[in-house]
Amino acid sequence: MSATVPHSFWNNVSYNARRYPLGVAGGIIMIVFVLAAIFASAVAPLDPFNTNAKASLAAPGPVYLFGADMMGRDVLSRLIHGARVSLAVALGATIIGSGIGCAVGLACGYIGGWFDLLVQRVTEVMQALPLLVMALVITASLGPSLRNTIIAIAIPLIPSVARVIRSNVLSLREMPYVEAAKATGMSEWRIAIIHVLPNTLAPLIVLATAQLGSTILTEASLSFLGLGVPEPYPSWGRMLSESAAEYVRTAPWLVIYPGLAISLVVFGSNLLGDALRDALDPRQRD
Amino acid sequence: MAPVLEVSGLSTVFHTRRGLVRAVQDVSFSVEAGETLAIVGESGCGKTITALSLMRLIPQPPGEIVSGSVKVDGTDLLKLSEPEMRKMRGSRIAMIFQEPMTALNPLMTIGRQIAEMVMLHDGASKQVARDRAVEMLHHVRIPEPARRAREYPHQMSGGMRQRAMIAMALACKPKVLVADEPTTALDVTIQAQILDLIGDLQKEFGTAVVLITHDLGVVAEVAQRVVVMYAGRKVEEASVGELFAHPLHPYPRGLLGSIPRVGSARGLDVSPDERLREITGMVPALNDLPPGCAFAPRCSLADARCRETVPPFELKQPDHFAACWQA
Repeated sequence: MSATVPHSFWNNVSYNARRYPLGVAGGIIMIVFVLAAIFASAVAPLDPFNTNAKASLAAPGPVYLFGADMMGRDVLSRLIHGARVSLAVALGATIIGSGIGCAVGLACGYIGGWFDLLVQRVTEVMQALPLLVMALVITASLGPSLRNTIIAIAIPLIPSVARVIRSNVLSLREMPYVEAAKATGMSEWRIAIIHVLPNTLAPLIVLATAQLGSTILTEASLSFLGLGVPEPYPSWGRMLSESAAEYVRTAPWLVIYPGLAISLVVFGSNLLGDALRDALDPRQRD
Repeated sequence: MAPVLEVSGLSTVFHTRRGLVRAVQDVSFSVEAGETLAIVGESGCGKTITALSLMRLIPQPPGEIVSGSVKVDGTDLLKLSEPEMRKMRGSRIAMIFQEPMTALNPLMTIGRQIAEMVMLHDGASKQVARDRAVEMLHHVRIPEPARRAREYPHQMSGGMRQRAMIAMALACKPKVLVADEPTTALDVTIQAQILDLIGDLQKEFGTAVVLITHDLGVVAEVAQRVVVMYAGRKVEEASVGELFAHPLHPYPRGLLGSIPRVGSARGLDVSPDERLREITGMVPALNDLPPGCAFAPRCSLADARCRETVPPFELKQPDHFAACWQA
């Protein structure tokens, strides 16, 4: 029992860390990437923009640890700087998309009636379009920039989050504790915020961590089509897609390392998300 | 003494696809401060809908309270606007539910759930509300209340959770407490403790209690007056002693006949009379009630008049009311 241990934040963290070693691994992966992104200029061994004709397609070696690309730019340095763009897009789009989706889903589940009907039809139309096509249309009309890329990827995420939250809210609002809260005189909105919303957290975390990966891939596709974050700033997605077709046989490091970075972030965020979901549920403690 | 809760002519209906379901019809009763009124009847007889109507928690649509008044200290709850009603819930009239296992939010500590409500009604600060929550948990005899207040519902037993529910319901000292089958989900030893607790707190706070139950043993133990409901209507009302001694309506008579007694359960010298009797048949569907007395199809005394005309609810003996042509 927790009675003998004083409740403190760090106690909780160390307790959960021992309980979810995979979550810790995921957390470490994410922290490493975030730190690399923040301190990119200090960490990167070379200038990511510096071209060198002599080093074109240089294989990994002592100078170019992960090799160099067609223009002779250091892959490792570009990966480290690319983490900024990729993580900003992934985290930004996921947070914005999930946040708005959550609000929409809660409103639909709670208000119901014609409002719900209307919003549900709109989300169905949005879901009928592929994520990429919609993001494409949005960036094409807004113009390429980091902010617009985040917006363009966040908007197509809204429908799926809204649907999951809505269906969850529909079942949660029938729970006896919601009725009990009404019997204590709490207003519908207060009940929605303090009783219903926290109980939808578990599926939201799972969904959001899954989306984190797809946002990175969407950004890659946008960049490939020239609508992502503009050159010369590196993003993992563009590094991968630029070289995938042409150099996969001759210079595989151009494909392997960005691919590895993307996979690691997706993997790390999934591990962290799973552990977070369990650790945040008081029923899973003790 | 003027009654704290006065219900008169309460009727609640549900508009369903199969027609109008008259869940509660013309129900009246009153409860004084410190008094316990029990409402008994089988499943589906309108007890819970009556309780929810008092709180105005009937889902609308399909439900609708079509007539009557529910006065708490003279204020008719049915005439209040929804925001006004919200202020009454919890502070003047509170309710405890049947399922202590699910009636508390699993993600919030017990203390915070009680404190939320105190903050809502008394405008208390967080600290004051927390202290009040701990004090209330102490009142409902939860050991180590300060520690328990920081625990989550899943860390407590069913009995403890029901105590916590009671603590929450009484935290703002309501005038009326509606208890909808508060002990049904608990085992027998815990039942007695919870009933004692409600009784003690009632004396301490002077709360009027409306106890909804199907358990006549519970009624005998804690209530002063009893209302018997059948198919949405009141069929008998009397003091507990009077009803148990001389039930007038055949339905409560049948109910009392279906309680096992320890002596007769030995199975030794049981005369045919002492066998456990059941009431044959089923409660009629509320959207398709017979024209006369709703109990007539199951009643051995029923005659032509019973089947044609609904019997009036009238005084049969001093302080003993019933709706039956044969009584």
